[in-house]
Amino acid sequence: MPNTQQLQDLTTQVRRDILRMVHKVNSGHPGGSLGCAEFLVALYQEIMDRKDTFDMDGIGEDLFFLSNGHISPVFYSVLARSGYFPVEELNTFRLINSRLQGHPTTHDGLPGVRIASGSLGQGFSVALGAAQTKKLNGDNHLVYSLHGDGELQEGQNWEGIMYAAGNNVDNIISTIDLNGQQIDGSTDTVLPMGSIRTKFEAFGWTVLDIEKGNDIDAILEGMAKAKALTGKGKPVCVLLHTVMGNGVDFMMYTHAWHGKAPNDEQLAEGLSQNAETLGDY
Amino acid sequence: MKTYTNTGNKDTRSGFGAGLTELGQTNENVVALCADLIGSLKMDDFKANHPERFFQVGIAEANMIGLAAGMTIGGKIPFTGTFANFSTGRVYDQIRQSVAYSDKNVKICASHAGLTLGEDGATHQILEDIGLMKMLPGMTVINTCDYNQTKAATIAIAKHHGPVYLRFGRPKVANFTPEDQNFEIGKAVKLTEGNDVTILATGHLVWEALEAAKTLNEKGISAEVINIHTIKPLDDKAIIDSVAKTGCVVTAEEHSVIGGLGESVARVLSQHQPTPQEFVGTKDTFGESGTADQLMEKYGLNANAIIKASELVTKRK
Ligand SMILES: Cc1ncc(C[n+]2csc(CCOP(=O)(O)OP(=O)(O)O)c2C)c(N)n1
Ligand SMILES: [Mg+2]
Repeated sequence: MPNTQQLQDLTTQVRRDILRMVHKVNSGHPGGSLGCAEFLVALYQEIMDRKDTFDMDGIGEDLFFLSNGHISPVFYSVLARSGYFPVEELNTFRLINSRLQGHPTTHDGLPGVRIASGSLGQGFSVALGAAQTKKLNGDNHLVYSLHGDGELQEGQNWEGIMYAAGNNVDNIISTIDLNGQQIDGSTDTVLPMGSIRTKFEAFGWTVLDIEKGNDIDAILEGMAKAKALTGKGKPVCVLLHTVMGNGVDFMMYTHAWHGKAPNDEQLAEGLSQNAETLGDY
Repeated sequence: MKTYTNTGNKDTRSGFGAGLTELGQTNENVVALCADLIGSLKMDDFKANHPERFFQVGIAEANMIGLAAGMTIGGKIPFTGTFANFSTGRVYDQIRQSVAYSDKNVKICASHAGLTLGEDGATHQILEDIGLMKMLPGMTVINTCDYNQTKAATIAIAKHHGPVYLRFGRPKVANFTPEDQNFEIGKAVKLTEGNDVTILATGHLVWEALEAAKTLNEKGISAEVINIHTIKPLDDKAIIDSVAKTGCVVTAEEHSVIGGLGESVARVLSQHQPTPQEFVGTKDTFGESGTADQLMEKYGLNANAIIKASELVTKRK
């Protein structure tokens, strides 16, 4: 079992991967990716019970669904560094004829991806469907999902959220990346959403906050609690308070880097703040 | 052969933004809605100039279409803005019931259509939107070819009463149509006179068709290039008259050959003027990530593809 320092080192390497991937093709989404690096590292390395065979039948292991598909850089980096495909393949991100499409897809058979995402707001429904199948199969493993906070403005989310409690889907832990930012500005300036906690509670979910959403220990502790809350008749929502662009000082606390790649100097600056740990791809 | 000059590459979406800015000044009933993509849709100016007539709805396209439909009741002319996929596939039933069937004066303005959206990949590259929209009774479907034409079309559709789908794109492409053009909905624009093959192109492929015509001319094939900026209502007469002369036709679009301009043309011709036809468009496939040029090459949507199709179809006469 990796210790916190090992997870931290992996996170630093993932940040480098994210920066280098989007820089190379001058496109992609570094902001949300950086904000979720600790979470996805912790999820794949520690929290999820995964088969070491990397087969994709979805049976007998925990499953993860990325609903906010634009943060594909962090997803791909964590998948590669967890053994789903060779890390060198990160070099092909967003290039023609690549399995690493701008938004994750099953179309080209990339291991680790279970459904296409990119058009926002569809992940709750899919994750809930997979959770229902786990129950039908008598499979006691959990379904995890991740969603943007801006993404919650899509109505389909709330159809799924309502369904989950109404049908006692208690084998799911859905995490919201609460970075307070989206494309056109802060979520409060674009479309104020009020209390997300209150909304989920009103829809019948058990909600818990991870206030330090970029702190590995806090994530491990919070997710352990979340796990303990499953199987009790209610779906579980984790509000993960993150900083967009975390770990690269000039990208932090702003929506400016939602979907913008760093130039050469900015890349160098970002990398200098995150020294190589496990080795670049 | 008549030739055209590119006055400098510009994106069609900026033509939309410029048209909307002008409408803001000239028509106080024009209102605009956007779903968290103001910069991508070039709606910043309208928003800054008329904050009271601009509505940021958040990432909620279905709500945006419904709001727009409601705003028409009482006389507003709503222009909605988001990517083409989220303007159509995402909200099809909302458009069908609240806009098309209810005959509401909503202008659905869609950027980043087709493969030229590039690196974001297939989830965002809709190649089925012309088909989806043209099947709706009463819907006008326009796919403009350059900056100037997109600006003119944006202004023109405000004067037309009824639902309109206006499709444009992300990349900077040749700007070659006149700045002062009068955009007539449903009226095809003949760009070159020719006798051997008719090339009917829409959107980004119009410039490619002109490039193809130059090469074809050197090869001794005289091509009549027609800009079909309006796919519905289709200019049947212009099409029939041209193929009556040339005897064969190539259609070219940044869209699936299933359900696009090509099939609309085939329907008209099979009824009135059966003619050999070749289709330049995507062949029942999703797109993928890549640069716009790479994708247009890989999926056969450029001047070369039009040349090949023209050579083939002239032999089928
Ligand atoms: C249905 C849909 N509408 C619009 C978009 C364009 N889009 C991509 S990301 C994004 C903002 C998402 O905000 P959030 O979920 O908070 O993610 P963050 O910016 O924090 O990474 C938008 C509007 C989309 N991908 N899908
Ligand atoms: Mg956000």
